[in-house]
Amino acid sequence: MLELLKRPFENESAEQTGPADSPLWIHDLTVAYHRKPVLWDIDLDLPEGRLIAVVGPNGAGKSTLIKAVLGLVPRASGAISIYGRPYDSQRHLVGYVPQRESVDWDFPVNAMDVVAMGLYRQIGWFKPVARRHQQKAIENLEKVGMAAYAKRQISQLSGGQQQRVFLARALAQDARLYFMDEPFAGVDVATERAIIALLKELKSAGKTCVVVHHDLQTVPAYFDHVVLLNMRVVDSGPIETVFTEENLKKTYGGKLTLLSQALHKYADDTRFPSGKK
Amino acid sequence: MISKTTMFRLLLIAVTVAVADLTAVVAFASGLSDPHIQWPSAEELIRVISFQDYNTRVVIIGTTLLGLAAGLIGTFLLLRKRALLSDAISHATLPGIALAFILMTLTLGDGKILLGLIAGATIFSVLGTASVLFIQKQTRLKDDAALGIVLSVYFGLGIALMGMATRMEAGNAAGLSSFIYGKTASMLFFDALLIALVALIAIVFCISFFKEFALICFDAEFGASQGWPVNRLDFLMMTIVVVVTVIGLQAVGLILVVALLIIPAAAARFWTFSLRHMLWLSGLFGALSGMLGSGISALMANLPAGAVIVLTASVLFIFSMVFGSARGVVRLVFERLKLRRRILQENLLRDLYEWHESMADTVVNETLAVNLEWIGPRLADLLTQRSWSPRRLNRTIQRLIRNDRLVADGDNRLHFTEKGMRIAKEVVRKHRLWEAYLIAHADVATGTVDLSADRIEHILDEDIIRQLEDLFPSVSPRDLPRSPHKINIAEGTV
Repeated sequence: MLELLKRPFENESAEQTGPADSPLWIHDLTVAYHRKPVLWDIDLDLPEGRLIAVVGPNGAGKSTLIKAVLGLVPRASGAISIYGRPYDSQRHLVGYVPQRESVDWDFPVNAMDVVAMGLYRQIGWFKPVARRHQQKAIENLEKVGMAAYAKRQISQLSGGQQQRVFLARALAQDARLYFMDEPFAGVDVATERAIIALLKELKSAGKTCVVVHHDLQTVPAYFDHVVLLNMRVVDSGPIETVFTEENLKKTYGGKLTLLSQALHKYADDTRFPSGKK
Repeated sequence: MISKTTMFRLLLIAVTVAVADLTAVVAFASGLSDPHIQWPSAEELIRVISFQDYNTRVVIIGTTLLGLAAGLIGTFLLLRKRALLSDAISHATLPGIALAFILMTLTLGDGKILLGLIAGATIFSVLGTASVLFIQKQTRLKDDAALGIVLSVYFGLGIALMGMATRMEAGNAAGLSSFIYGKTASMLFFDALLIALVALIAIVFCISFFKEFALICFDAEFGASQGWPVNRLDFLMMTIVVVVTVIGLQAVGLILVVALLIIPAAAARFWTFSLRHMLWLSGLFGALSGMLGSGISALMANLPAGAVIVLTASVLFIFSMVFGSARGVVRLVFERLKLRRRILQENLLRDLYEWHESMADTVVNETLAVNLEWIGPRLADLLTQRSWSPRRLNRTIQRLIRNDRLVADGDNRLHFTEKGMRIAKEVVRKHRLWEAYLIAHADVATGTVDLSADRIEHILDEDIIRQLEDLFPSVSPRDLPRSPHKINIAEGTV
């Protein structure tokens, strides 16, 4: 708790890094970011080559966790490493599928353009998107069954199709570790099946997928590893041992709601430097 | 295609609106008995159009280039949803200008050094932007409140400082109001040169950073996760906006410069779904507004150029909104009409086909025809189900004939053409497959399935058809499944 009283951005454990074979290693992560839920003393060490679900109630900090790893929100304290090194030097190993609603789909681009954005890093500054990049973009659309829609304006796509375009963009990043923020939210059954198939393919290729998931019913069927999150990590590990009724009760109700209430109050109080403004 | 009658009607409406507008303008103008509205003589008109007047040349070229620059950066501004921020920026320049004038008068004796005024404007516009960000971060106020506060506070401060400047004995602040309302008439070669320089910068940056700007406009978070310096790119974008704004103050005035940034980009949106095209179109519209606007203003001696430029841009916007080929109103109406027509034609083809089926009880071929005399009583029966009027029926038949789906022979009979037969089969197939699906999987009763399928079948695409075929593997690609229900057609002979 004391870390929260310090000024934000002071990251004294920045030197620490985790093991080189761990796709995601987090130690003592605390995030106090205004308007967003708080994460407190998060410790994680995820195994490679698994499909990992991140579940928890609304406001538990699931999206914030991913954003903290990717450096999109500032952290009050804690160390994060990807394969033993800080994220800044490992960007080429990470793919990201943000929430579909984080974007205005009325933007004047087509599906291929969006997927090509996953290649911008490869292309580099100032250089335009060449034909071979467009080709690569279409190949990745093919992997999600959307090659026929390459030139279609994204506002004319259905929700499931838009989600698949986002996935194709992440695939174009050609990563070893994928973060997906609620990819199954509001998609049709066909798309859901397509996404699962894709995840299974990624797993057999040795990739690791960390997926924020909202539907508890499907967690055991789709994933083999789970992180139960509610401001703190309630538990993390294989589905068989961790996804128990007792753990779920701890995550979604009962004693932990008190902690959540207190931390929200803390976050709301403007007298603390990292509190909500 | 739109029928001739509809086109004629649209044209009539357009002409009426135009005439009404013109009448109103003339009435208004002549109603002002004041000699302030001077209509140009033919001689003056020719002079301006042929660029004979040096001053007019400078002004027109200057405002055209300004419009181009504003249109280009305005596209990204619009897509980044920062349009109102640029309004706050332009209003924030006023205290900077006034303060610069005061300081220069006090220290240098001459308050009207252009570069000094521009420097003041720039500094305060940056301060204004910083204030907006500060308010957003430090208080609970949202975007619109922060923008409103900064805009009005800075502008108020500016007016107060302007009042001080006017009362200064050593200075002559009379020309400062041109920064508020714009005054192209006094544009010098040097001013136009500055504008040209800024336009060049805008073009170069918009091209070089095209994909980077596009990325942060569409999905800044994804960009950040990829390592792109989103904040710095944002800063660069807003710097170009500030530069274009400050340079445009003299021409269009600070109140209206935001219009030049936003309106051409908004108009361009109606014509295309491609960002690249939108960018260039927006630049073109901006340039056009500048050119036409200042040209018209040069002819009508007392109309302020800034206002006319913005009005020109507005006319372009309204035209785009109505007629834009991508999202304009006319286009949408047209598309809807086209779809309705297609549905009517497909329905009729299907009805004719099914009627044959029920009659012949064999494979239907092209030569089997419908006696046109039957159109009266029998087919009308058939079609009352769909509540078609005889007129609609006739029209649809005529269109089908024109589109080479049906053909009428000398004996007043209708035949399917090869194309028509093919399309009829496709439509019937889609309908039957979808009916089968609804009955088997969606629990729709055989009595009502016809109506349900009727609506959906026209928009089933290949993807869905393939899935339907997968569900009913006994139906080969060329087969027509049997109808699950009795076809409600009055019997008759050919």
